[in-house]
Amino acid sequence: MTATPAKAPEPATQPAPGPAPTPTPAKAPHGHRRLLTRRDRLTLGLMAGLPTILHVALVWLTALASIALAFTTWDGIGFDSITWVGLQNFRELFTSNPQFWPAVEHNVIWFVVLILLPTPFGLFLAVQLDKKIRFSRVYQTAFFLPVVMSLAVIGFVWQLIYNPDTGLINSIIGANKPGHYIDWIGDPDLNLWAILIAASWRHAGYMMILYLAGLKSVDPALREASALDGANEWQTFKNVVFPTLRPTNTVVLVVTIIEALRAFDLVFVFNKGAQGTELLSILVTNNIIGESSRIGYGSAIAVVLLVISLAVIIPYLIATFRKERRA
Amino acid sequence: MSTLSGPRGQRTPIRPARVLLHTFLVVTALAWLAPLLWALLAAMRPYAETSAKGYVSWPDKLTLDNFTNAFQQSDMLHYFGNTLLIAVPAVLLTLLLSSMVAFYVSRFDFRLNLFLLLVFTAGNLLPQQVIITPLYRLYLLIDLPGITMSGKLYDSALGLVLIHVAFQSGFCAFVLSNYMRSLPHELTEAALVDGASVWRLYWQIVLPLCKPAMAALATLLSIWIYNDFFWAIVLISTGENMPITSALNNLSGQYFTDPNLVAAGALLTAIPTLIVYFALQRQFVSGLTLGANKG
Repeated sequence: MTATPAKAPEPATQPAPGPAPTPTPAKAPHGHRRLLTRRDRLTLGLMAGLPTILHVALVWLTALASIALAFTTWDGIGFDSITWVGLQNFRELFTSNPQFWPAVEHNVIWFVVLILLPTPFGLFLAVQLDKKIRFSRVYQTAFFLPVVMSLAVIGFVWQLIYNPDTGLINSIIGANKPGHYIDWIGDPDLNLWAILIAASWRHAGYMMILYLAGLKSVDPALREASALDGANEWQTFKNVVFPTLRPTNTVVLVVTIIEALRAFDLVFVFNKGAQGTELLSILVTNNIIGESSRIGYGSAIAVVLLVISLAVIIPYLIATFRKERRA
Repeated sequence: MSTLSGPRGQRTPIRPARVLLHTFLVVTALAWLAPLLWALLAAMRPYAETSAKGYVSWPDKLTLDNFTNAFQQSDMLHYFGNTLLIAVPAVLLTLLLSSMVAFYVSRFDFRLNLFLLLVFTAGNLLPQQVIITPLYRLYLLIDLPGITMSGKLYDSALGLVLIHVAFQSGFCAFVLSNYMRSLPHELTEAALVDGASVWRLYWQIVLPLCKPAMAALATLLSIWIYNDFFWAIVLISTGENMPITSALNNLSGQYFTDPNLVAAGALLTAIPTLIVYFALQRQFVSGLTLGANKG
């Protein structure tokens, strides 16, 4: 959630920040400033400065360092060995790395699957649970439970289902005997989809909660008016409710993209990103903790990830903050 | 849970559509819980029995032995302790620092504020892998002899706390600054006129009013930090120093030698998050949606 913030969270699994539900007062207090003593100004400077320095140093300077290092080679021993190589890392990445394009493809598949299956399903669940039915809370708890657990735990739980010898699926369909094995985790044609089922299982509950919150803000009068006009449930949803969910849809889209780019834990727990499940995040990490530590090259992959992320994050945040300002 | 039928005190007549909806929801909810229930079942069966009869079979004996074994053999308590050592300071520091930034941004309209918030929130949305390579090198370069066990920022709880705080404070600053802006500013204006210092304004007036938002964020942060897997996998090299979620990966090869023990270990790891979730469900959900929707 991530966080992702979600990551939300990144997330992560992280939820994306958006405007808070409370309306903001028209003007921020300009007058405060006149009343400040010198000590107050110092306090304020520290209050804003210290967190900013920590955040900028560890998040933004490192992101910039990623960009800089992407144009170099470095073995990590001493600063003297940093050599400028221009675009060579990228050239090698795009043309001769057998894992790069599959990784990009898998990240894209990850996003497409999440946005097409669990996201609409989460919306569907939210609409049903929003109908003032009994036990709504109990159902919500069940669907939301996977979102609370760490992706590492989820990975281990799902391995009990996918394990070729002892797993639930193979035991049921009788594929756990030699010669009949279906290797859900090792087979490069299957493993990504097996992992995506586990990822979708978690994502649906997350989306349900976001949509439930969005649905609460739909004016009931709109629905009543639509019902009075003789629209059936589906027509009301399609023509009245869904269009008013637009802000939620934006958040959902951004959260899902970020989740797809952040995808890491599940795959790492399943098979460390072996053939069939390569992801950009996995490639970056393997360049650090793997055998061959190629810092420049790993950074070049990180830069690809950074560019895609910023292409999503910046327009979203600018739109959000612009709306804020108008509010 | 929703009450029966509201003020009229009558039961609404049972409609076929409602029955159908409940049937659907019950079936789906059970399907959603199935993987966890399956893990629970595996964890409660002796390995000898499942290896003889197969996993899809009627259980003869259900015990908690696997849980106690997993817990003791791998010294899980030690790893829970590691997590505590990281999560508690990280949550407190994140809330402190982000509320300070939020206070500044929401109460003192210097030109910087939008930009500052933008920087913080954008940073929070980046995938962690974007910054990990230089961060890893940086942590290796920073020597802290005598301060951390490893003598470096690398492989230390301090290093993990710092990156959690830096990364998570973005989201919290955003949420809190929105929250603080909804407080009437006459409140702080009046106190300033009376000669209160900025720190008192923050600590004694604004912060106590933010309790609901802080509680929601604290719940959310605790679960996120507890659940973090990636930072510790890369920034901690000694298995002994890992927090529980990341340690699970090593433990599953070393101590959890059969699927039943793996199931028990994984479920034990999930228990603290589940407790927090069930105890503080409202805070958790409101925290999650606080930042994500507009009323």
